[in-house]
Amino acid sequence: MSVILEVKDLVTRFDTPEGTVYAVNGVSFHLNEGETLAVVGESGCGKSVTMMSILRLLPMPPAKILSGSAKYRGQDLLQLPEDVLEHNIRGREIGIVFQDPMTSLNPVLSIGYQITESLKYHLNMNEQQARQRAIEMLERVGISDPARRLSDYPHQFSGGMRQRAMIAMALACAPSLLIADEPTTALDVTIQAQIVELMIHLREQANLSLIWITHDLGVVAGLAERVLVMYAGYIVEEASVDELYDHPAHPYTLALLAALPRIDKRRSQRLKSIPGAPPNLLVKPHGCPFAPRCELAFDRCHIENPPLGAIAAGHSSACWVDVNTGRPQ
Amino acid sequence: MTKRPQPQTPPSPQPPVGVSPLDELETPVLSLTQLAWRRFRRHKMAVAGVIILILLVAYCTIGALFIPEEYANYTDTGLRLQPPSSEHIFGTDTVGRDIFARTIYGGQISLLIGLTAMLVEIFIGVLVGAISGYFGGWIDSLLMRLTEVVLIIPQIFLLLVMAKFFGGSVPNLTIFGREFSGSVIVIVLIIGLTAWPYTARIVRAQFLSIKESEFILAARATGTSTLDIIFRHILPNSIAPIIVAATLGIANAITLEAYISFLGLGVRPPTATWGNMLEGAYNYIDQGIYWLWLFPGLLILLIVLSINFVGDGLRDALDPRSRAI
Repeated sequence: MSVILEVKDLVTRFDTPEGTVYAVNGVSFHLNEGETLAVVGESGCGKSVTMMSILRLLPMPPAKILSGSAKYRGQDLLQLPEDVLEHNIRGREIGIVFQDPMTSLNPVLSIGYQITESLKYHLNMNEQQARQRAIEMLERVGISDPARRLSDYPHQFSGGMRQRAMIAMALACAPSLLIADEPTTALDVTIQAQIVELMIHLREQANLSLIWITHDLGVVAGLAERVLVMYAGYIVEEASVDELYDHPAHPYTLALLAALPRIDKRRSQRLKSIPGAPPNLLVKPHGCPFAPRCELAFDRCHIENPPLGAIAAGHSSACWVDVNTGRPQ
Repeated sequence: MTKRPQPQTPPSPQPPVGVSPLDELETPVLSLTQLAWRRFRRHKMAVAGVIILILLVAYCTIGALFIPEEYANYTDTGLRLQPPSSEHIFGTDTVGRDIFARTIYGGQISLLIGLTAMLVEIFIGVLVGAISGYFGGWIDSLLMRLTEVVLIIPQIFLLLVMAKFFGGSVPNLTIFGREFSGSVIVIVLIIGLTAWPYTARIVRAQFLSIKESEFILAARATGTSTLDIIFRHILPNSIAPIIVAATLGIANAITLEAYISFLGLGVRPPTATWGNMLEGAYNYIDQGIYWLWLFPGLLILLIVLSINFVGDGLRDALDPRSRAI
């Protein structure tokens, strides 16, 4: 299994009038060819910023990628010239689906135009070929009567249909890697299920590598092979899905799982919430970022940030504590 | 006003018999243009403006089919200052030219100046505003300071100085077999070159907000080039205020041309405009020779008013925040 994307020591910060925002603080991960990787964490933990940094889609300034590399099939995306990135990578090799389909489509351009645009640009298709391909794509994402729908405008589509159109747009040029940035968050649960199912189907069809950003651990279970848990701009745990659910090794992961509504638990039981608030990213991180909210934290946690270390095959965690015993490792 | 009466309340479509209220909600989705048209129609003054505008344009174009331009420029000092009669229905001017014929050809020039000056204004304004708003940073600062420089100089003075300076420097032109005074080009350019800052500011403000939208990020994520993002993604989204600015720009340009020509620095006779027809008239105002200024003045009033009403109507109709259907 070859590696399609390898990110190393990515550090992204924002210079704002309020100070420096420490958004991503040395993130490293890899993605295998054809694999689905889920990135979970609460809002503002740096999931999206990490992915946006890789494609250099952040507004710079204020964003600044201080260090790190993001090798896509050996090419460091962070070093590529902007025009090469634009022409050969974005939309061509790596597609993105965004969270809110209501605002991610240009309201004054027809759906057809928005899909064919990248086909004409990346694959040098003529109008006719691009149209044909767009119809095919709409059909594949399950939009009925695609030929007629092509000339429709986004406001004539429902939320679920728009997200399908977004997926069609992202996959039009047959990219090898798709980054889905919370693609189901803005949709209601039935539509969520449909979109997840569609993604599973398309992934198999196109041998797609997939990065799925979400804060919904329930979605992760049915979709991903491996999971990254992020907190305050750090990866705090990385494991295969089964391993993560069966043997979570970081207190934050544990807390997240405990906060999940379970169908097999008693209804009267209250969901456990994590005490405290997510850390202020304007403060330069010191110690373990989760320590102030952690039940198991001890002195060392507040002083020294634990590195992400392997605890089993394919399972690493960044914690000074052994969560099974509750004592320092 | 030829307009069918409208009910006071917004008309709600009467559901046909046997249609449940649910079906009523399933009205066909209206395109943005259809929605705008429906809102525009509700604005009575704007509709009146459109009708007057059409009549005025017809006056200048269809009228020209019946009266040759030579006639409009034909001088006969023996017939000077004739009051309106069946021969000269608007009377004659100080050198015996027929005022009716001159309002027709003058209207053409006034409209032409209004339209082309607006095009120059919109072109520069959109370009400066788009670059400024999209790129931001020092480019934005530079362009906006330039805009402010143009903006703080009183436009009339700037126009007069430029008209004085450049007037006569452009030779007469022959377009479509008609001879135009070179001063028409000068007037168009100086109006266009001094009126763009408003458009630039509007466009910049639009770009500043639209470039932050999710769909622009999404477009960039599919590899859309910067040029396409500016001109195909952001510009069509800011078209509504630009259309309004353009409409009002026409009225503004016609008024400005009238000012300058009235002061004798604008379009040179024999080429007529509504503005320069007023030029010779003010000496005669107290002598009861009303027809010299009444007809061109009335036409300027009508066209500026009607364009402004249309502009108002468009502003309401194209306002994306408007919830009225």
